[in-house]
Amino acid sequence: MNEVTVFIMGKGYRVPEGLTIMKAMEYAGYRLGRGCGCRGGYCGACATVYRLRGDYRLYADLACQTPVQDGMYIAQLPFTPAERPPYQLADLQPRGETLLALFPELARCVACNTCTKACPQKLEVMDAVQAALRGDIPQVAEFTFDCVSCGLCTMRCPAEISHHHVWQLARRLNGAYLTPRALHVQKRVQEIAAGVFKSDLDALLSLGRDALVAAYKAREIES
Amino acid sequence: MKKLAYFPGCAMKDQARPDEAGTLHALAALGYEVAEIPRWNCCGTVYSLAQDDLMRHVGPVRNLIRVQGMGEKRVLTLCAMCYGTLKRSSQFVREEERLARINAFLDTEEDFRGGIEVVHLLPLLRDEVGYEKLASQVKRSLNGLKVATYYGCVLLRPREFAVDDPDRPEVMERVVEALGGEPVPFPERMECCGAYLTVGRSDIVTERVGRILRSARGGGADLVVTTCPLCQFNLAERRPAAAPTLPVLYLGQVLGWAFGADEPANLFPLGVRDE
Repeated sequence: MNEVTVFIMGKGYRVPEGLTIMKAMEYAGYRLGRGCGCRGGYCGACATVYRLRGDYRLYADLACQTPVQDGMYIAQLPFTPAERPPYQLADLQPRGETLLALFPELARCVACNTCTKACPQKLEVMDAVQAALRGDIPQVAEFTFDCVSCGLCTMRCPAEISHHHVWQLARRLNGAYLTPRALHVQKRVQEIAAGVFKSDLDALLSLGRDALVAAYKAREIES
Repeated sequence: MKKLAYFPGCAMKDQARPDEAGTLHALAALGYEVAEIPRWNCCGTVYSLAQDDLMRHVGPVRNLIRVQGMGEKRVLTLCAMCYGTLKRSSQFVREEERLARINAFLDTEEDFRGGIEVVHLLPLLRDEVGYEKLASQVKRSLNGLKVATYYGCVLLRPREFAVDDPDRPEVMERVVEALGGEPVPFPERMECCGAYLTVGRSDIVTERVGRILRSARGGGADLVVTTCPLCQFNLAERRPAAAPTLPVLYLGQVLGWAFGADEPANLFPLGVRDE
């Protein structure tokens, strides 16, 4: 088994090659209470920064998605403090001013692009900030659709923006006010309320157990 | 068609949309193929006066790199603030050491090589289109409408970046004349509107705006035009109750109207109609 040396919180460990950072930490004896969630790259709980020997860059990634490399210096950031002012979506207007009023620090962006470089999802984070500044909420929502709220951009931002809270608000405004209504859903809800499906449902409920099982087995399914 | 790289800036996509719409309509009629630069960011808005605050130039320079990436040598701005910031930053990084440090910081972009000219709409109309051609292409004359031409600060200050003679500018007046309007005497046309004091000390802005609007009305103006979104906001939204109720429009709105732009009536809330 090939091994590599990694430094976790400053201490060196020999770990098997091919492990993720998260697995390597557990191999080294860490028990992860925070900084660990879905293990599948979706929840954003395992934000991690690292450096590589001979490279000035500070890399940022998700521990559960990133294989270890020899000479990696690793630190986990299990939580990112970020201010989210309270708001009621129903009271807000889907406009740029809304984002700026709740998150005025957006205007401190100097377009340094550090956020984009930090994003483990490879999102165009700075472009999303810029879209927010010019009030283009649908563009913000699109740019940040795959955000996992890991907080790495927020931790690196010199303008101290709380990115993921801004993105969440933008997506809420977009969903609530700017995307087209799903008319087929409204129609179906009306049909249900009007009792269109009541007789079918009552018929199912009145079946005995065996008849219900038989009906279930005979149901139409997509192949 | 003459290709022209264009940096809109945030305001053109928000409160100043009518300015952009009107201007682009007119520029197309004047033979320009205007190409918005890809993935632009905020110009920087407030030009940093600190000589060692290089971080403040990262945003403007990144925009200039986008222009360079298009293979263009110059970039048009409509907003007076964007013009001031981009133009001054483009000059600031002419010093090699500054440019080298900014390029080293921008390690995910191609190096900026300099040599991008930042041009504002007004000098473009004066120097390249020319007033005569402008006048000859007009489709709807302003028909003697009395226009107060408000320059504000950043089009003319600091003087080395002024779009015209910083003490006796005339480019906006000549453009208005070419469109068939009549520029009126307007002594306060170069006074500051109060700018960002609108956030924390709007009382100061209101006092200044009252003085500016009275000056415009004193010359007999029917409306005020400007190229600065912040000036437009202050003049329109911070006016004292007793001030003259003059419409305050972007130059691009008037320009677009004169070139026959089919705009909603509320973009030009005036009694001007075709003859």
